[in-house]
Amino acid sequence: MNKTFLYDEHVSLNAKMVDFAGFLMPVSYDSIINEHLNVRNHSGIFDVSHMGEIFVSGKDAEKFLQYVVVNNVNKLSDGKIIYTPICYENGGVVDDILIYKKMNCDYMIVANASNVEKVYNWLKTTSKNFEVNILNKSSEFSMVAIQGPKTPALMEKAGFNILDLKYYTFKNSVFNDFPILISRTGYTGEHGFEIILPNEGVKSLWNHFFKAGIEFNLKPIGLGARDTLRLEVCFSLYGHELTESINPIEADIGWTVDLTKSDFIGKKNLLNPVTRKLVGFEMVDKSIPRGGYQVFADNKNVGFVTSGSFLPYINKNMGLAIVNNEYTSVNSKIQIEIRQKMYNAVVVKKPFYSPFNKR
Amino acid sequence: MLNILENLKYTKSHEWIKFNGNVARVGISDHAQHELTDIVFVELPTIGKVANAGQTITVVESVKVAADIYSPVSGKVTAINTQLESNPGLINSDPYGEGWIFELETNDSGTDLLSANDYRSLIS
Repeated sequence: MNKTFLYDEHVSLNAKMVDFAGFLMPVSYDSIINEHLNVRNHSGIFDVSHMGEIFVSGKDAEKFLQYVVVNNVNKLSDGKIIYTPICYENGGVVDDILIYKKMNCDYMIVANASNVEKVYNWLKTTSKNFEVNILNKSSEFSMVAIQGPKTPALMEKAGFNILDLKYYTFKNSVFNDFPILISRTGYTGEHGFEIILPNEGVKSLWNHFFKAGIEFNLKPIGLGARDTLRLEVCFSLYGHELTESINPIEADIGWTVDLTKSDFIGKKNLLNPVTRKLVGFEMVDKSIPRGGYQVFADNKNVGFVTSGSFLPYINKNMGLAIVNNEYTSVNSKIQIEIRQKMYNAVVVKKPFYSPFNKR
Repeated sequence: MLNILENLKYTKSHEWIKFNGNVARVGISDHAQHELTDIVFVELPTIGKVANAGQTITVVESVKVAADIYSPVSGKVTAINTQLESNPGLINSDPYGEGWIFELETNDSGTDLLSANDYRSLIS
């Protein structure tokens, strides 16, 4: 079992620890609901060091990335970030990643903890005809995320000049002589930042934020709230909304697929019309939908839930499901099978919640 | 150390039971609510339902998971804690008091019920 460099801090904060993607991670410190609300109302800090960092550089770096991901990497200028799935030939998803352009021929990929090895191997295999270097440096770096409306003020108080940092851009900075990278990105829908730095610097950075965060009500947030926060704003989670058998168009993130690109892995299959799509739904009958539960309509099995939960800020039981095209319009009536009984639900617009403050 | 009341009996599946003549009141232990964290939904059993010792009688849902609650003894459900419909968090805040879940009419004094000490050893 792997531990992040913040493991001792989580234990001293009395976190409940669980195995996630082979890492011992905090699922909650206080309560999932309290942590979720603290991010929406104030600010929260997450240890996301289990995520991976893979560097792609060399003469053909841009050409290679343009071929291996579905979004348009040409759009990137120095200091910009793009979100994109990586697909197999059949359109199924290897992982959904962020690509940071440091400069020409020099990119950093941030991948999901559960897929780092898989992404690295896939990039090695598919880059054989390109002049690129692929380096997996995940074990050298740690990452923290700070999210919530009070975050910009907290960051400034902590000495980080970020007021000019636009959404999906990053800058280099320094903390205690460690080079750090600050991006305006996040997985909660709130205004927030993610910071990547060498492992040796993360403990003091974490404590530095806690000191600066006292007046902003900063709290540590675990993976439990991380999941309810992302679900509330309808962000995909690999293994649920995106998998090796659910493609990005089916997952309703077709905006990440640039079908005008001349060639890329998965293009042929992603051009086909889909027969099913990801929808958001709200429970009408009182019960909690969860991933894997089957969806019914007109007495037929028409799909399955990919994620579902009680959502603390909007205070409702809601979820995401892949359903056949016939039932994807808003207001469609569906049933969720929960413990062998049918419970009524209705298809609703996504996202379920949009934070007032700009992300 | 989480709370274990001395005058209650416990099951291996973390329910507690309090006998009062031929009526028994059932809930889940402090340890159980702590493991589950925020309880957001309780599917209360219907009054009159026949309960069999060791079988699922109801379900308690936290944010992360749905957990089966097993009846510690056989009997018939005579009362349910309707407060839990609007305030399921009572199980977290007061698992042995206001967070009780249901009551049974029963002549079954229970087999395999654990004393407070035995339960303490189980969860240590």
